[in-house]
Amino acid sequence: MGAGHAHRLYRHGHSPVHGLPPHTKLAAAFLFVVVVVSTPREAMWAFAVYAVLLASVAYHARVPAGFLLRRLLIEVPFVAFAVLMPFVAEGERVHVLGLSLSVNGLWGAWNVLAKGTLGVAASVLLAATTELRELLLGLQRLKLPPLLVQIASFMIRYGDVITDEMRRMRIARESRGFEAKGVRHWGVLAKSAGALFIRSYERGERVHLAMVSRGYAGSMPVIDEVTASGAQWRHALTLPCAALVVCLLGWFL
Amino acid sequence: MHVPDGFIDAPTSAVTGVVAAGALAVSLRGARRELDERTAPLAGLVAAFIFAVQMLNFPVAAGTSGHLLGGALAAILVGPYTAVLCVSVVLLMQGVLFADGGLTALGVNITDMALVTTVVSYAVFRGLLAVLPRKRRSVTVASFVAALVSVPAAAVAFTLIYAVGGTADVPIGKVATAMVGVHVLIGIGEAVITALTVGAVIAVRPDLVHGARGLRQRLQLRVNGALVDAPAAEPAAPVPAAARTSRRTLWVTGLVTSLVLAGFVSFYASANPDGLEKVAHDKGIDKKEKEHAAADSPLADYGVKDISDARLSGGLAGVIGVGVTVVAGSAVFWALRRRRTDDASPVNTGV
Repeated sequence: MGAGHAHRLYRHGHSPVHGLPPHTKLAAAFLFVVVVVSTPREAMWAFAVYAVLLASVAYHARVPAGFLLRRLLIEVPFVAFAVLMPFVAEGERVHVLGLSLSVNGLWGAWNVLAKGTLGVAASVLLAATTELRELLLGLQRLKLPPLLVQIASFMIRYGDVITDEMRRMRIARESRGFEAKGVRHWGVLAKSAGALFIRSYERGERVHLAMVSRGYAGSMPVIDEVTASGAQWRHALTLPCAALVVCLLGWFL
Repeated sequence: MHVPDGFIDAPTSAVTGVVAAGALAVSLRGARRELDERTAPLAGLVAAFIFAVQMLNFPVAAGTSGHLLGGALAAILVGPYTAVLCVSVVLLMQGVLFADGGLTALGVNITDMALVTTVVSYAVFRGLLAVLPRKRRSVTVASFVAALVSVPAAAVAFTLIYAVGGTADVPIGKVATAMVGVHVLIGIGEAVITALTVGAVIAVRPDLVHGARGLRQRLQLRVNGALVDAPAAEPAAPVPAAARTSRRTLWVTGLVTSLVLAGFVSFYASANPDGLEKVAHDKGIDKKEKEHAAADSPLADYGVKDISDARLSGGLAGVIGVGVTVVAGSAVFWALRRRRTDDASPVNTGV
C-alpha cells in the first residue's frame, strides 16, 4: 500500500498522448473508468475490447508493456481478496478439480479483477503521460476548488522533502546502532514520527511566511493557462466514446 | 485498504462521491477557520507528512510490519477539518498519481478513510477529554482510544457501503466479521503508534497539538508565599463553571454507561448464539446473517469460529455504535445550540 511510491511513474516523451492538454486526459480517463464500471460483468468480450483499447493508447503513448504490467502490481492485495471470493460466496455451486466453488463468487471475482485491472491500467497510463504540475493544472481546469489544488500542489512539492527528512532520520537512527525489530521499538519510531510532524508543521509556517513576503494573498497566480482546442478534446474523448459503444453493445447483446 | 474500481457498483459510488464532495466543501470552510490564510501551505505540508508517515514501517514480529493510516493522528494534531482535507488530498493524489485506489472509487475511499476515521476518532477524543482530568496523560489516553475505535469504524463503514452497493455475492455477515476482525488488530497497532506519536509531539511542542489546546494552565503568582491566580485578561463568568461541572458528570455517566452496556455486556452476556444474533439483529448490522445460518452451506463447520468471532464483532459494533451515536447526538445538539444563539443574537443587537 504505502511503501515504495516514487515519482518514477512519469515517462518523459513527445507522443501524441503526451501532447494532449492535461484536463482532457483526466476527463477521458475518468469517463473511461466510469464506462468500464457500468458494463455488465457477463459481457466478457467487452472487457477484452477495453483492454485492446487501452493497449492501443499505450502504443500511441509509447509506454512499454513491461512498465505498464509492473505498475499493475499495486493491485495485488485485492487480487488476494478476489481469489478468496469463490470459496466464501453464497448461491449455487460448481465443482472444479474437487473444489466446491460458488458460481456467484466466480462472477464476483471476475468482476473485481477485470474492472479493477482496467481502472489501474487507465490511471497508470494517465500518470505515465502527464507531468505532476500539468496534472494539478488540469485538476484546476476541471473546477476542483483552488484551495484543494493548492494543498495538493504543496503536498506534491514537499512530499519528497519530507520523505527525505524521514530517510535522514532513519540513517541517523541506524548510525547510532538502532535497529527496529519489534513492538518494543515502537517508542523510538513514534518519537521520530512526532519529530517529523513538528518539522513539517514548522516548515509549513516558514513556507507561508516566505510566500507572504513575496506578495501571496490567498491565491496563486496562474501563469500558463492551459486551453484545449476542439480537435484535442475530440482526440482525448475517442477512448471513452469507443468504450461507451462497447458498453452499450454489452448491455443489448 | 484502497478500494479499486468495480468493487462497489456505479450508483453507490456516485452517492459516496456526493457525500465526499460535501464533506470536502464543509472542511474547506472549517479549515479556513482553523488555519485562516495559512491553510494552503500548512495543510499541504501536513498532507505531505501523512503521506510520508504512511511509509514508516513499524515491525510487529517475524518479518511482518504495519504502517500508520493517520486519520486519527491528523485529527488530533491539526483538528478535524484540516485532517479531512489532508487525508482526502493524500487519497486523491494516490488515486490519480499512483493508481492506488480506483478513480470511480474515490468517493468511497474518501468517505471511508478520510471522513469516517477522522470524524469518529475526533468525536471519541473530544468526548473522552470532556470526561478525563485535564492532564497531558489524558490526551495520550484519549488519542489511544480514539485511534483504536477509528479503524474498526472505517471497517464498519466500508461494510455498510458494501452492503448497499457491493458487486460480489459474499454474505454481509462474513464480510463484517472478516473486516472488523482484521481491523481490530490493525486498530490496536494504530492506537499504540498514534498515542506514542501524540505523546512525543506534546512533550516538545504542546501548542501545536490541536486536541490539547484546552490544557494550557492558568498563570499563577506567588504572593507572600501563597499561590494566587494571576488576574485573567478577560474576566470569566463564574456561572458557566457550575453548569460545566454538572454537564461533565452527565457526560461521564452517559458515556461510561453506554460504553459498558454496548461493549462489555453484549460481549460477555451472549453465551448462546441466539442471543448474539438478536444483538446483531437489533443493531441492524447483520441483516443477512440469519439467512446464512439457515442455509445449509458446505461451510457449516466454520460455525464455531464464526460465533466466537461474531461475539467479538458484536461487542465491538456496540462500542462503535455508541461512537456514531455520540457523533450524531452532538451534531444535533450543536446545530440546535447554534440556532438558539442565532435566534438570540438579533434580539441582542436590536436592543
